[in-house]
Order: sequence, then C-alpha cells, then structure tokens
Amino acid sequence: MEKMKLLAEWKYEPKKIERGYAGRTLYVNIGDRSFKEKPVTEDMKEKFVGGRGFGLKLLWDAVKDTTKWNDPENELVISGGPLCGITQYPGSGKCYTVFISPLTEQTYDSNAGGYFGPLLKFSGWDALEVQGKSDRDVILFIDGDNYKVEVYESPFEDINAVTITEALHEYFADSEEDKRNISVASTGKGAETTNWGCLNMSFYDLRRKTPRLKQAGRGGGGTVFRDKKLAAIVVRKRGVGPVSNNPADISVLQRTGLKLHKEIRDLDDQQNKMRKVGTPHLNEIMNEYHLLPVRNYKFGQHPEASKIHSKIFEKLFTQGIPDGCWYGCSMACAKAVDGFELKTGPLKGKKVTVDGPEYETCAGLGSNIGIFDPEWIIEANFYADHYGIDTISLGTGLAFVCECYELGFLNKDITNGLELKFGSKDDLMELIHRMGRGDDKFARIVGLGIHKMKKVFAEKYGAPFDVMEKIGMEGQGIEVSEYVPKESVAQWGGYFLTLKGPQHDEAWLIFMDRVNKQLPTFEDKAEALHYFPNFRLWFSLVGLCKLPWNDIEPADNVIKYKGIEAAKVPEHVQNYVDLFNAVTGKNITKEELIVQSERVYNFQRVFQLRLGKGTRRDHNIPLRAIGPVFPEEWEARAEYYDNELKAAGIDSQGLTTEEKIRKLQEYRLSQWEQLVDAVYKRRGWNKNGIPTVETLKRLGIDYPDVVEVVRKHSKPEDNWEE
Amino acid sequence: MIRVNGEEMEWRPGLTVKDILEAKRFVFPMIGVWINDKPVPRDKFEATTVNDGDEVQVIHMISGG
Ligand code: SF4
Repeated sequence: MEKMKLLAEWKYEPKKIERGYAGRTLYVNIGDRSFKEKPVTEDMKEKFVGGRGFGLKLLWDAVKDTTKWNDPENELVISGGPLCGITQYPGSGKCYTVFISPLTEQTYDSNAGGYFGPLLKFSGWDALEVQGKSDRDVILFIDGDNYKVEVYESPFEDINAVTITEALHEYFADSEEDKRNISVASTGKGAETTNWGCLNMSFYDLRRKTPRLKQAGRGGGGTVFRDKKLAAIVVRKRGVGPVSNNPADISVLQRTGLKLHKEIRDLDDQQNKMRKVGTPHLNEIMNEYHLLPVRNYKFGQHPEASKIHSKIFEKLFTQGIPDGCWYGCSMACAKAVDGFELKTGPLKGKKVTVDGPEYETCAGLGSNIGIFDPEWIIEANFYADHYGIDTISLGTGLAFVCECYELGFLNKDITNGLELKFGSKDDLMELIHRMGRGDDKFARIVGLGIHKMKKVFAEKYGAPFDVMEKIGMEGQGIEVSEYVPKESVAQWGGYFLTLKGPQHDEAWLIFMDRVNKQLPTFEDKAEALHYFPNFRLWFSLVGLCKLPWNDIEPADNVIKYKGIEAAKVPEHVQNYVDLFNAVTGKNITKEELIVQSERVYNFQRVFQLRLGKGTRRDHNIPLRAIGPVFPEEWEARAEYYDNELKAAGIDSQGLTTEEKIRKLQEYRLSQWEQLVDAVYKRRGWNKNGIPTVETLKRLGIDYPDVVEVVRKHSKPEDNWEE
Repeated sequence: MIRVNGEEMEWRPGLTVKDILEAKRFVFPMIGVWINDKPVPRDKFEATTVNDGDEVQVIHMISGG
C-alpha cells in the first residue's frame, strides 16, 4: 500500500496510567481537524466511573437538546473503563461506544471486544471523543508509541471491514508480530446505506495470521461513523503487559483471576462449553424452551432447529485454538470458522476466516427468517460484518420483510424482482448484497429499520399500518434481539422498559420468571428489573465482558445459594468488587456497585428525555411481543394458550381462535400496564417514566442542568398518589 | 403427587430428579435442584429419588443472553 497523505497531526505528552485511569480524555474534531485533551476529574470518576458512563457524560456536554444523529455535534465516544485492559481476569478487554443513534434518535451504547479499548487507554486516553464531519474519507490514527494523533486521507475505495482492517494492520505494523499491537475500528459500505451500521473492532490473531473482528453491533454506531466520513480509526500501542493499568494491588487480580481460570478449566465442558462452541450453545436450548425466534417471532420452536444445533457449529469452528478476544480470557468464546469459501458476493471464491456466528446471528440470520442452513448463516454473517451491518437488526428486519411479503404487502415489483419469503435463501442473500452496495431503492428502504419501514410500506405501497404495528418487532426504534419474549411478563420489561430499546444486555429474565416461577408478583418482577439491569450495566462502566459472570459458575453455587441469590452468582459478584478495589484502590461494596450503575442508568434516562424521548410513550411494545397475533401462532400451541386464558380467569368456551387471541391480548396489555407502574415505582421514576428529583438527589447526580431537564418535563399529575 | 416449581406432577415410586427434568424437558445444563429446600448436587440427579408430597424447585441458572 502506498504512503497515505497526512492531513493533520497533533502531539501529546506521555502519561502513566494510575490505578486504571489515564486521567484524561482525547477530543478530536474530525471536521476542522482540531484536537484537545480534557482532564478526568474526581467527580467524573466518582459519578460516571468510566466506559459508557464517561461516554454519556462527554456526549451530554457536547450536544444540544435538538441535536440529531447526523448533526456535526453528535459524537462517537469510545471508552474502556478502569478495569479495561487487565490481563489477569477473563473478559477484561471491552470498550463501549456511545452516540446518538440514527435508529432511536436518542443515546445508544454498544460494546465490543477486540483490543481497541485497552490499546486506547494504554496510549494515554480514558476515552476518545470524535465530533464534527470530515469533508473527505479519513483515517484517524492514535499512535500511542510516539504520542501523536494523525489524520490521513483515506486511499481506500473499498472501505468494507475485512479489506480495510487487513490493509491497516499491514500498513501500521513493522512486522507480523507487531500487528498484535494494533487495533482498527471500521465499518463498511452498508453502514452508509442503512441505519444498521455496526463498528468492527479488530485484534490480530497471530495463529491464524489474520485480523479478527468483534462488533459493537447495535444502534447504528457505524452509520454515525460513516456520516463523519471516518473510514477507520487505528490505535497502536506496543509493550502492553500485566501491570499496564498500574493497579493498586496486583496480588488480588492474580488471585481472583486464577480462581476463575480454574473454574473455567474444570467446569466449562460440563456447563456451557463456551470454549468449544461459544454462545451457539444456546441454539438448541432456546428451541427446547420455545424461545428461539422462528419466522418473525411467530413461533419459538422448529423441527429443523436440529440443523443449527451447537454440535454442528462445534465441527465448523476451528478447535484447539484459545479464542480469547483479549489477553487472559480463558473463557475463549470468540469462535471462528476458518478457510470458509464464499459462494456469493464481491469476494465469491475467496477463502476467509469468519468470526462467529454467535447465537444471535444463528437465530436472526437463521430461524427467524426461516433458514436452517449453517453454511448460509456463516456466509450472511461474514458479509454483514464486512459491509458493517448489525446482524441482529438485519435478522429481525429481514424477518419483518419476509412476513410482510408473505402477507402480500410486498411483491416482486416492489422488491425489484426478489421473492422475499421466509427461507428464500438466494433472494435474501441478494438483498444483503444490495444493502452492501446501496444501489437498490428497496434495499435502502429496508435499511431504514423496521420503525421507518412501517411508515414507508404504508405510505408508498398501501400496506396496513395497524397490522405492521402488531408484527414489527421493534421498540424505541430499534429491532428486538433474538429471544421470544411473549410468555414472560418480566421479559417484556427486560426488552421494552429499557434505556435504549430491546437488547438483551439489560435483563434476561425469561427462565427466572416463566420456568423457575421465581417472580410471582409485579413487585418481584420490578425488583428483578431493578437489580439485573443495574448489575449488568456495571460491566459497561468498567470495561468488562458479561459472559464470565454467569456463563460459568462455581461448582457449589447452587448448593451454597438458593433462588435468585444463586442466579446472581454471588462469588463472581464478589470477584468484581475485589477487582474494582484492587485496580482503583477504592473500597466499594457490592451494594455500592449497584449504586454506581444506578447513577448512570438514571443519567442516561434523563439524557433520553433531554433529546425528546425517555417517557412512558417511548416504552412501546408490539403485540407480537406479548402473545400470538394470528391464528396459526395460537394453533401451534393451542393447549398451552387455552390454559393461559383459563389461568387468567377467562372463559374461552365457544370462542373462535381470533376471539381468544383478542381476549388474551387485552389481558396481557393490562398486565403490561401494571408491570410498567411497578417498575417505574421501583426505579424511583414518576408515572411518566421520568426519574424524580429525589432520585437524582439520592444518587448524587442532581447537577443543575440534569435537574432542569427533569423539572421541565415533569407534571404534578404524573406523581404517584401517596 | 409432588410439586415442581409450584405445579403439580404425578409421582411414582423410584421417581428421580433426572426423570423429573426429562419429563419437564428441562435440558439446560446449569440447573439447580432443591427438594424441600435441600440442594441436590448436579452429579446426584440420577441417584436421587423424590418422595410423594415433596416440593421440588428447579432453577435454571441463566439470567442473561
Ligand atoms: S468471554 Fe468471549 S466475548 Fe467475552 S472477553 Fe472472553 S472471548 Fe471475548
């Protein structure tokens, strides 16, 4: 590759990391190519901790109430957090990207593995803030070895992820070995042509001699990236090691890490087999419990699901290679298919390494669109990543399109010749390629996401909006991730009473609620919808991966602890408390850990409010998410649903299936309203879902500008009756 | 009759924890079982029988996708 043209350069002073923090953040305006350093204050550490917390705080200060996703002042903020980059404990290399989303038009955060977060911090920065819009495609390079930031004109015509990532690892490394010291954040052409743009964060796999891509998939961060005309962000830092974070007490990190490594070594094969199959171990489990989305979430089970059983992926994934996405992750679930020969698209015939597929991709680009062909799923997974498109939104979006097609709302004239029925493998693959090229009108409409597709289908093609409202699986403007939530009232909340839309990173309560029967009352559900979202949010503050929390558990976890306590995996929670204290030198308790999260949770809620969202109205739920919409869904589990009506005290004698569906919907919608009330109360919010000033005060985030937003939107009639 | 997660289930002599899990199609590997509030180790599911009238709790240890 020829030498790239340097457009701007900025030098900075080296700075040692102290107890997990660099103590400053990097601001880059990619529009006027200006740079600055911002201090990290003690208050910022105390109240926002790091990672997503820092991202939200910096974004809050950067935007106006009226800022839209494609305004120059919108930012992409990438931050790891104080534990990011430790090498002693599995799952410690995550970073979080925060931005105003093109899908939800409010803040979104999305996490990725790979080496980007740690290398950014060890280059001297707790966060990277990119604002502005460039006039041409650029590559931003953070050179942590020579303490400078550079902006290059991008020479790439093909900005798709695999192409650009490979080339930039090559360009910025001195040797094959040196490629490990580099991480590239990129997206692809599909991020320009759809709102589903994802970010790919790389790490270099020395054994495979290729970069690997981990995705911050959700929310359209890649679309914001391309709107700024970023072709890639590269960070390079050599000499990273076990004490790069300069922790307060390394011995605790070593001891805690060893304990978990041993658990994983001894128990993973009997538990979730993460090291052999990664998250696809869920494929058959979800099918067995009626939770695998099939044909746009109509069903939760399918006879052909055996074709995407994890045993099949176990054979397809290369075994015997430790697949950790950061140093020291012995959970090693970042599985890959090597030597996969592509059968379609611009790289047809090329043999590639494909990262994944993860469970979500197997379901989204598999069962949910009526496809049970592992090779097809792998190919679709590859191209989605390569084009920079989130596989989850893509899967759920395509499922919606297929159902609309089968209902006759779309036809070949509209789709430009494609027959988009469930299971139409060739035509669905062609649609993905059209989205990756951006040269097809219908593909562009699909890429707007379900929320906007519904309007366009109604206005342009006369499709009935009310039916699409029922079956379009989105909330707050973003597509639902890949679990069928219908039968768990608590999971309606886990998906639809969330900060940013239906993504499973807040709470996954289906088994706890529906199978274990541990959450019988609305108050129980609300308590779970307080604890778990807050506990899980904490990973995003400190730079950790959620998976080693409960995808492995101590052998005696279920002997020592009972019920919901056992589900919290108390020993692992204690590990996190110990790790945080050992790195930062602080002395928090497990209760304070929850408060750390609660602060950011509520701050983000107020942020959504500030941007014109964040009220009860925005916590919308489609009918497909709470039960059957069409008779075929009811008939597939008729006995089960008849019993549901009976349990609800509804006499179904003599009713037609349509009438039964309506009765169940009415009943469940009343349950939904009760759930919303219980959850808002537990969270310290008013009836309209707005945090009260008392809640802000209790959490210590009653900053004048935050209180002002709350006051502006709160009405006396929204207060709870005493 | 026994109760499993609050629901009635037919009892027969010799019924084991493993039989219950199979009958209920509880296939998730990370399961905790308590009989009358006493935990049953996972490697004893096959060898542990339940008595008529027992209260069985089967907890799936998954709270996150
Ligand atoms: S558990 Fe998997 S996703 Fe998480 S850090 Fe380890 S390899 Fe990466």
